[in-house]
Amino acid sequence: MSVTAAGRKLSLKERYRLLTRDLSWDMTYQSRNDVFPYAGYEGITVNDWDAWEDPFRLTMNAYWKYQAEKERKFYAIIDAHAQNNGHLNITDARYLSALKIFLQAISPGEYTASRGFARAGREFPGVGTQVACQMQAIDEIRHAQTQIHALSNYNRYYNGFHAFAHARDRMWYNTVPRSFFDDAMTAGPFEFMIAIGFSFEYVLTNLLFVPFMSGAAYNGDMATVTFGFSAQSDEARHMTLGLECIKFMLEQDPANLPIVQRWIDKWFWRGFRVLCLVSTMMDYMLPKRVMSWREAWQIYGVENGSALFNDLARYGIRPPKGWADAGEAADHISHQFMLALYQWNFGTAFHSWIPSEEDMAWLSAKYPTTFDKYYRPRWEHIKKLADAGTPFKNYGLAKLCQTCQLPTIFTEPGDPTLTCHREVEYKGEKYHFCSSHCEEIFENEAEKFIQAWLPMNQLFLAPTNGDLGTWMGWVGLVDGQDNGDFEGSADQRNFEKWRGAMVTNL
Amino acid sequence: MTVVARKNYIGEPRDAGAKFGSNQLIYLSWDRHLLFAAPFLLCVPSEMTVRELVAGPLTTLIQPDPDAPRVDWESVRWLKANRPWQPRFDQSLAANGVGHKEQIRFVTPDLNTLCGVG
Repeated sequence: MSVTAAGRKLSLKERYRLLTRDLSWDMTYQSRNDVFPYAGYEGITVNDWDAWEDPFRLTMNAYWKYQAEKERKFYAIIDAHAQNNGHLNITDARYLSALKIFLQAISPGEYTASRGFARAGREFPGVGTQVACQMQAIDEIRHAQTQIHALSNYNRYYNGFHAFAHARDRMWYNTVPRSFFDDAMTAGPFEFMIAIGFSFEYVLTNLLFVPFMSGAAYNGDMATVTFGFSAQSDEARHMTLGLECIKFMLEQDPANLPIVQRWIDKWFWRGFRVLCLVSTMMDYMLPKRVMSWREAWQIYGVENGSALFNDLARYGIRPPKGWADAGEAADHISHQFMLALYQWNFGTAFHSWIPSEEDMAWLSAKYPTTFDKYYRPRWEHIKKLADAGTPFKNYGLAKLCQTCQLPTIFTEPGDPTLTCHREVEYKGEKYHFCSSHCEEIFENEAEKFIQAWLPMNQLFLAPTNGDLGTWMGWVGLVDGQDNGDFEGSADQRNFEKWRGAMVTNL
Repeated sequence: MTVVARKNYIGEPRDAGAKFGSNQLIYLSWDRHLLFAAPFLLCVPSEMTVRELVAGPLTTLIQPDPDAPRVDWESVRWLKANRPWQPRFDQSLAANGVGHKEQIRFVTPDLNTLCGVG
């Protein structure tokens, strides 16, 4: 009888080598170009794929262990949330609008990111990159799942959550993030990495997740705080992958610089436009507010972003072209967007409302140079119309930007009283934009963006043929239930009734 | 600049004029009147006259603005594709050269109740 001695335990570094680099081999029957046909066509020159270092050195077996532990904690808290009537612990039912927007607009994006990273993991030739992309693909699908599970408890009690997957492709404000991800998915693997890994995950994610999760904590939403925590350690890895990718490209060959710079310009602006929704959530939708969008922009945009671009300056990278305009817009976009959502709220699967006197006093203090001058008079007029029994509904549908697909609500840089009008003619058809930056993105890739499916324009074609009622059914919107003013909504009534039953004896 | 692609890449516009038959899309906006968050998008017959467009849907849509009753349509300044333009009110959109997805703007410099102009 022979006894086999157990082998020496491998070090982390050895395990990483065996489970990543050692899985790679040189093809002999097929050329490298045929196996990885997407690696070169974007024009990025790579001289040494092995120079790609994954700073986390995470192996698959360790990955499963960590993730399983996080899942166990997550679902334990989600169960407790459901059993303890967590849906009644939020500060006010107005908070739900922020959640509904997140579930409709952002969670499907997590799923799309999963598909994108699965593809990038196949298309990149370097094995370190492949493994990192595969892990991120699994992270992203986990994020989509945990978000949907966390919010499903709210769906049992409140309106507007039920059709998020349906609305993702059809609802006018959801095509904004959808087009962002479609654009990234149809780009090559390097551009995809700049779009999602760098621009979204690195430059902008703090502006999305930090305010959103802090907002959840401030407003008693334990379910959302929990998925935020569960995703947070993944996000750190994603940010590192994004930054690693950009440095890799810039270090490989000086010819990559102009390509990378154009992608940074493009994807910073596209990401910034998607985040308009967050500005509105922070300034208007949280009953208990964390900080203003302007303050968040100052911390997470200006301070962190400037440090990052100072760091990248040694490669010749300059801040994105839209940087200054984004900074100026920080004083305006949340107000412009909430005014827009309110006047079109017959077509939104969440509620909006006129800010109270107290809300407006807060907005004046946070936006001392803009709110009272430009936006308060509009809200006061809208309030007057509502008090007179003729609430303001704008039944003129909105002109949408061909690139970002947002309604063209933004004003000229330097003149907040004049809408920004931009148009170009291409092959005999006219196209319109919200800004010079979106126009430039279009002009760089016109054949791609002329295919944009603009929901407002399509409303007049089959299958809805211009009929608002048919359209509501088609997007999964229940009229009089999911949409309209928060004042008088079923969500408002039910929350007050159920919460009242918890804290009084009536 | 063309799309970087592995083969010849040609797109098809999803909302080309031909898809709308005898109708067309048109965008209308009132400069410096931002109660209306974005230019209005309308789908109207190309044979509609400018007068019908102005007296019908446009007049209805701008009612919530306190300046609306004071608009004198004969004296407003017009822009088409961001350039000065003078419509012939009794002719159709088509005869006025207002194409599919045309942006029409009108300007009323003396009316500015709500938007902090000046």
